[in-house]
Amino acid sequence: MSPEDAPAQPDPTDAGHARTDAGEVRVRPEPSANGKPLISAEHLKLYFPVKSGVLIDRTIAHVHAVDDVSLELTEGQTIGVVGESGCGKSTLARCMVRLLEPTEGSLRFRDRDITHLGRRQLSSFRTEVQLVFQDPVSSLNPRKRVGQIVGTPLRLHGMARDKAQARVRDLLARVGLNPEHVNRFPHEFSGGQRQRIGIARALALDPRLIVLDEPVSALDVSIQAQVINLLDDLQDDFGLSYVFIAHDLSVVRHVSDWIAVMYLGKIVELSPARELYDKPIHPYTEALLGAIPIPDPKENRARDRLVVGGEPPNPINPPQACRFHTRCPRATDVCRTVEPPLAEYAGGHVAACHHPMSVSEDEVKRATRSSLSPLSAGRLLPNGQEAPEGSEAAA
Amino acid sequence: MARFVARRLLSALALLFATSVVVFGIFEVIPSYNPARAIAGRNANATTVQQVAQKFGFNKPFYAQYANTMKLIFTGQVIDYQDDLNVVDQFKQRFGATLSLVIPAGLLWLLTSIVLGSISALRAGRIADRTLMVLAILGVSVPVFLLAEVLLYVFAFKTSIFPNTGYAGISNPAQWAYHLVLPWFSIAVLSVGFYSRVLRSNLLDTVNQDFVRTARAKGLSGRRVFVRHVLRNSLMPIITIFGLDFATLLGGAALVTEAVFNIPGVGQYEAQAIGQLDVPPILVGAMFTAFFVVLFGALADILYAFLDPRIRLT
Amino acid sequence: MAERLLEVESLQVSFATEDGLVRAVDDVSFTLDRGEVVAIVGESGSGKSVSVMTLMGLTRGNNSRFGGSARLLGKDLISASEHDLERIRGKEIAMIFQDPISSLSPVHRIGDQIVEQIRAHEDISKAAAFDRAVELMERVGIPRAADRARAYPHEFSGGMRQRAMIAMALSLSPSVLIADEPTTALDVTIQAQILEEIKQLSGSGESGVIFVTHDLGVVADIADRVIVMYGGRVVEQGTLDEIFYDPQHPYTWGLLGSITRMDREPPRRLPSIPGLPPSLVNPPEGCHFRPRCPHEFEQCPKVPGLEARVDGSPEHKDRCWLSLEEKRKRRVVGDQIGLARETVIG
Repeated sequence: MSPEDAPAQPDPTDAGHARTDAGEVRVRPEPSANGKPLISAEHLKLYFPVKSGVLIDRTIAHVHAVDDVSLELTEGQTIGVVGESGCGKSTLARCMVRLLEPTEGSLRFRDRDITHLGRRQLSSFRTEVQLVFQDPVSSLNPRKRVGQIVGTPLRLHGMARDKAQARVRDLLARVGLNPEHVNRFPHEFSGGQRQRIGIARALALDPRLIVLDEPVSALDVSIQAQVINLLDDLQDDFGLSYVFIAHDLSVVRHVSDWIAVMYLGKIVELSPARELYDKPIHPYTEALLGAIPIPDPKENRARDRLVVGGEPPNPINPPQACRFHTRCPRATDVCRTVEPPLAEYAGGHVAACHHPMSVSEDEVKRATRSSLSPLSAGRLLPNGQEAPEGSEAAA
Repeated sequence: MARFVARRLLSALALLFATSVVVFGIFEVIPSYNPARAIAGRNANATTVQQVAQKFGFNKPFYAQYANTMKLIFTGQVIDYQDDLNVVDQFKQRFGATLSLVIPAGLLWLLTSIVLGSISALRAGRIADRTLMVLAILGVSVPVFLLAEVLLYVFAFKTSIFPNTGYAGISNPAQWAYHLVLPWFSIAVLSVGFYSRVLRSNLLDTVNQDFVRTARAKGLSGRRVFVRHVLRNSLMPIITIFGLDFATLLGGAALVTEAVFNIPGVGQYEAQAIGQLDVPPILVGAMFTAFFVVLFGALADILYAFLDPRIRLT
Repeated sequence: MAERLLEVESLQVSFATEDGLVRAVDDVSFTLDRGEVVAIVGESGSGKSVSVMTLMGLTRGNNSRFGGSARLLGKDLISASEHDLERIRGKEIAMIFQDPISSLSPVHRIGDQIVEQIRAHEDISKAAAFDRAVELMERVGIPRAADRARAYPHEFSGGMRQRAMIAMALSLSPSVLIADEPTTALDVTIQAQILEEIKQLSGSGESGVIFVTHDLGVVADIADRVIVMYGGRVVEQGTLDEIFYDPQHPYTWGLLGSITRMDREPPRRLPSIPGLPPSLVNPPEGCHFRPRCPHEFEQCPKVPGLEARVDGSPEHKDRCWLSLEEKRKRRVVGDQIGLARETVIG
């Protein structure tokens, strides 16, 4: 049976007010770095070993999937993590939910160091942090009924059967599915509905943080909007924090307070969401913005786009110094020799580039070296000054 | 490649060692198994048995017996208990007959399966497909000894089209083939049933692949699309199971066929040895089989890597 | 006036399945001229892919039924024999697909796969065909093409695989190039490169391009004319500007309204079309968009025809019962298409 045959659900989140609200500009709390961080990563690295050998495998190289990433997320906010395939965004997501153990660096959740905790020690963390996958088809067990899929985490954490069943129905209703459908199988739902099931499963244990790994990439345009609106409502209602992974900058704009742009395992720019689009500082961010065609023919024709050539290099053997220099139209000698630190501009906007875009000379002059900078980064700031040791503000 | 060969050699040694220890160990724990008594003969008295046990070292500890037997095997001096024949020589002499039986049978079942599996897949759901698949199930489920006996009854005993058992050397190819047609057939039937079903389902999976659609979109003829793209990409799983099946047959797994048709191959020798709990031939047979399993496993992997460039030999 | 390459008239495709007859394509008509890009837009299940695959004869099978006609330079593709189609496919019409890794044979070298296509249509030596394959690969921007032609698809990156697919499709200079979501599986910077490649191709005036996509941004970037499909039917078609700045069908309004734009301040809520696409086995009676349409009225249970407005361009057609005045009154496509509000006619 094709998923289209599932009857249309009454959708409390979308049906009525979608269009009437369209004109309003959403009001978000001003992003601030001062709030209490819910989760923070410091110099987080995750290397996958590449093994080979005649009889016994030796590690001959590493895939530098996540290479010294520092960021933090304030409770109740959303950070979008954007980059192309192979940039390490999904690996970062899996590190943050501790499906993977970081190679180096530290990860703190509510002031608790969770970097190297074992299975048992993680169990309370597991209830507080959930992951929603990209592909709603393969991430749901096709042989389990929806009730089981959503209810299993509850049962595993010791909830009585009848209580769990009632909760499952509540959850289904909350994500806009018909609670009567608890006994259906995943294939009886459409893609968007399946993603709602995945979200209901993630909500089951009342998490604080949900890591969303490209949650709408596999969905049709009109359905994407439904799911994003749902995520937005859930955030308001439950005070959730999100890490929202995406492969381009168009979707994250609507959900994020902060956006981090990754390239080959490193954060190249981190900015309050609003500012990133008007004022991209890193040329790679500019390229990502320019690469997306604007769905408006006249504006699209009028636009001046920075189209970068080439393809991302191999993360086993990434370029020296600035990793983007092989594709960057602004690259000079310094980019090939000194790894740019993350320079901090006004408003907490940081970018790792020797030749920043969209910023005035004055802004460049006032830039400081951010404490989020990778340990391997140089001290040379875009204004040509060496940042003195210890000049970074404490994280 | 060096890595591949080294790893396979190592696993071959490990497998041979494990096989020999397990087979040897089984006889150590079989109750009332007394090789000395068997060798000494039915009428021997206790003293004679004792002497035999002394001579063959049956009263020594397990590891010493094992080491001794291995030494004998690898120096080619091991003899069977029943007829005092040199086991290694027996295997050498009999291997020709087994090859005569197994190689043509293997080719026969492989080619027939490819043809029948392809027909079935191309006519999926239609009458030809259904008929073939019913026949395939029959082929898989008929026991070899029954099929062999029925074939003998119909073609040798009743109609005398083919000879009633026996084996002729390859020096006279016509006679050789004449004697082996029924054995080849009886070995092939079982595998044809199984292989053609596996191939059919592989083919039906591959037909729906995107690259087959591309091949059609390129304007290739239906036949070319099928042979070069569909069939080529569906043969891989067949190759692995063929390697293993073929290896075990070479090692003597055709013993039922060899026994029924009275073909003096290694399987027949092993069958006799099993009947009499004659350890050395059984042990050598097991190691012989293990050797071929490793060898053909490696060959299948090499062929696999050749057919599919995504596979790397490790 | 450019040469008319393709004339599709009342194309119908249905498949017999266990659940019943699936009307995948129901009455699709359009034309394609040399040098232009026609985009077919729709969501999954809209019939956009089935339509173009039918032009190639790739949907033929025991369970499929066809109606209507599709004439390529006067020759009907729907009724053509399989043998005739083999000669047209790859030569007159070529196609590139969404997923370049699964669409290339994993066990053949890239160059050989192009050679295979050339030699299926032309009687030339392998060596000569291989040289041409290398040339083609160079032309679509594959570096070190002579070496890369000897590599296998898994040794290529996603973007390079798609370039190889384009090289293959162009190998016999087809009149019609069909691109079925060719950039959906690619990263955005690579997508931009591939779109440039296709634009150059149509700009050169050699071919006409049918570009199937769900992404209105890509449409805005590449198309000359647009066909919007929903539930197996064309609901609206017209020039790029007509569709974006003067959309007539409520589904087009919804589609344009639910685009996420990154060059605008985000709205409080993303406008979305409520509900789900229709079942093709058991579609709603009349207009297929009816169950999701906020403007439904008593006419809608009858199937509306695909018609041009009296005062508009004869090529701008839509399938909706609403009167022109009603449409103008009701049309809201949200803040996302700012220009739409300014240029509304009337």
